[in-house]
Amino acid sequence: MADLKLDQIRKSYGAVDVLHGIDLDVKDGEFVVFVGPSGCGKSTLLRIIAGLEDITGGDLMIGGDVVNTKSPRDRGIAMVFQSYALYPHMTVYKNMAFGLKLANHDKSAIDQRVREAARILQLDQLLDRRPSELSGGQRQRVAIGRAIVRQPKVFLFDEPLSNLDAALRVQTRIEIAKLHQELKSTIVYVTHDQVEAMTLADKIVVMNAGNVEQVGSPMQLYHHPQTRFVAGFIGSPAMNFTTVHIDAVEQGKVTVTVPGGAKAVLPFDVPANDVGKDVELGVRPEHLSLGENGDLSISGEVDVVEKLGDSTYLYLKLANGDRFTVRAPGHSRIKISETVNAAAEAGASHLFDANGKAYAKLECPAEYSADE
Amino acid sequence: MMTKNIRREDMSRAAIVHAILLTYTLVALYPIFLVIINAFKSRKGIFSAPMSLPNAETFSLEGFTKVLARSNFELFFFNSFTVTVVTIVIVLLLASMAAWALSEYKFPGNTWLALYLAVGIMVPIRLGSVSILNLIVELGLINTLTALILVYVAQGLPLAIFILTEFMHQIPKDLKEAARCDGVGEFKIFFAVILPLIRPAVATVAVFTMIPIWNDLWFPLILAPGDGKQTITLGIQQFIGQYVTDWNAVLASLSLAIIPILILYLIFSRQLIRGLTSGAVK
Repeated sequence: MADLKLDQIRKSYGAVDVLHGIDLDVKDGEFVVFVGPSGCGKSTLLRIIAGLEDITGGDLMIGGDVVNTKSPRDRGIAMVFQSYALYPHMTVYKNMAFGLKLANHDKSAIDQRVREAARILQLDQLLDRRPSELSGGQRQRVAIGRAIVRQPKVFLFDEPLSNLDAALRVQTRIEIAKLHQELKSTIVYVTHDQVEAMTLADKIVVMNAGNVEQVGSPMQLYHHPQTRFVAGFIGSPAMNFTTVHIDAVEQGKVTVTVPGGAKAVLPFDVPANDVGKDVELGVRPEHLSLGENGDLSISGEVDVVEKLGDSTYLYLKLANGDRFTVRAPGHSRIKISETVNAAAEAGASHLFDANGKAYAKLECPAEYSADE
Repeated sequence: MMTKNIRREDMSRAAIVHAILLTYTLVALYPIFLVIINAFKSRKGIFSAPMSLPNAETFSLEGFTKVLARSNFELFFFNSFTVTVVTIVIVLLLASMAAWALSEYKFPGNTWLALYLAVGIMVPIRLGSVSILNLIVELGLINTLTALILVYVAQGLPLAIFILTEFMHQIPKDLKEAARCDGVGEFKIFFAVILPLIRPAVATVAVFTMIPIWNDLWFPLILAPGDGKQTITLGIQQFIGQYVTDWNAVLASLSLAIIPILILYLIFSRQLIRGLTSGAVK
């Protein structure tokens, strides 16, 4: 087990910069998830940590040692791949024992480690099978087992659940969470699925276009996104955004006009010279309710209705053409092309400037805060 | 009704394909069949009825007894076998390692090197016979099996490298990287992970390499014609004279010469099938 430190890590392919100076601290035993859209550089960053890609600039430290030029096998890492990458010509047992055998470990020690990993992952019955005789979930467990037996300082997971079907994904996700509790190991996990990130991570690193947008606990990212990108990326369904006009600023309050003409007073610290500008307002669908009771009220025509049983998602078209999603109760009887009013508390709203940076929220009710 | 028609169409198509393949097989096998049946006939039988099967009157093992008694047949066999097997081993080892380097590692001149090696497929090595002979004489290797092995390795490498490189490209990148993360060294990745996975390709290349070498008459004739170094194809020539050809002996030795190559082929082809069914990566 060890901590991991990234100091101004940069990566370029020729003239193309892929990572622009990434700083990150991962504490011993922490579960860190890199999340971001395709092409944001998260997999490249993981491969740099693994030693499969060279570093263009900056330092990478594992357990206090700079490992920039060390080969993967000298870094004390183990990696689990999206495609499982099991050796097809070896049995499950041999797949897990292969690396250890080459490292000249004692045969009985290898056996003990493999059987222990098999027990944790419930692979006991499958040790003599070949990968081709296993289901996707079983293969992924073997790939995880192959990582466990190495007793690495850091586990690296590269989108390990992407090849599994939905039900198996949920199940394997829970197994990985349990595994982390049991092993208490440092894990770096890459995914594009924000649900995986929210459920597994101690710390989420949201990446966009080769930069770290924000680092924080899942609840911090959910309640206090620092940028519009993070706000839109974390949470499902995604946060609603619409353009509002700043009318006045006074004493930690800002008065805005929402599409449709209604006014709202929101608790944000907005500089006085932003008055008259158009900014972006964000509200999560689950924080909106039907009716007029709220500090922030907005109306729109229902475009699409999605009934999920426990709740109903209403897709509203606002006066300025923006889409707003509202989570209504499951028994809602609202139909397409009705005009409805949705409202939220002022504390639930987010406000972003023209560059996508969040204005500081000055008052935050407990239910909209990550503080416990 | 519709499905029935489609099925009938498929059937007729399959029948045509099989008819063509069967014809080709017959054309290819008939000369061998002729050689074998005539090997079991007396001299008179061969000339009077070359196409007919040996019967009680014409059956004779004359040719076989003559071959085994009168020549160093075992020695010729041994020479051919040594040359073939040693060449296969060297070609497979060198070609697979070269293919691994060409497909896996990025280095300057990679593409040019691959092209240079591929040119060898198109240029017949026999064009260089004179210089090869000069070279072998200067190296003092004339009349040795080593000379043959060296030439055959050169002859076999280009195609072997070409085929194996293509196969190595198909091995998923994740697998090699997983092995690297697993602490496996580059040599071990090659021998313990890559080679087992391309076994069908290796078997194919072995067959491709083996048959021209076993059948070759040219290089044994110019490089190692001396006593005790002849290969089987060259050894048989002693029964073919300017005035009299001992057809019994020629046909008998040709029949015998088929056996070892057939055994090698069976070994490799079994590898081929096993390799194909060994289960792939997801």
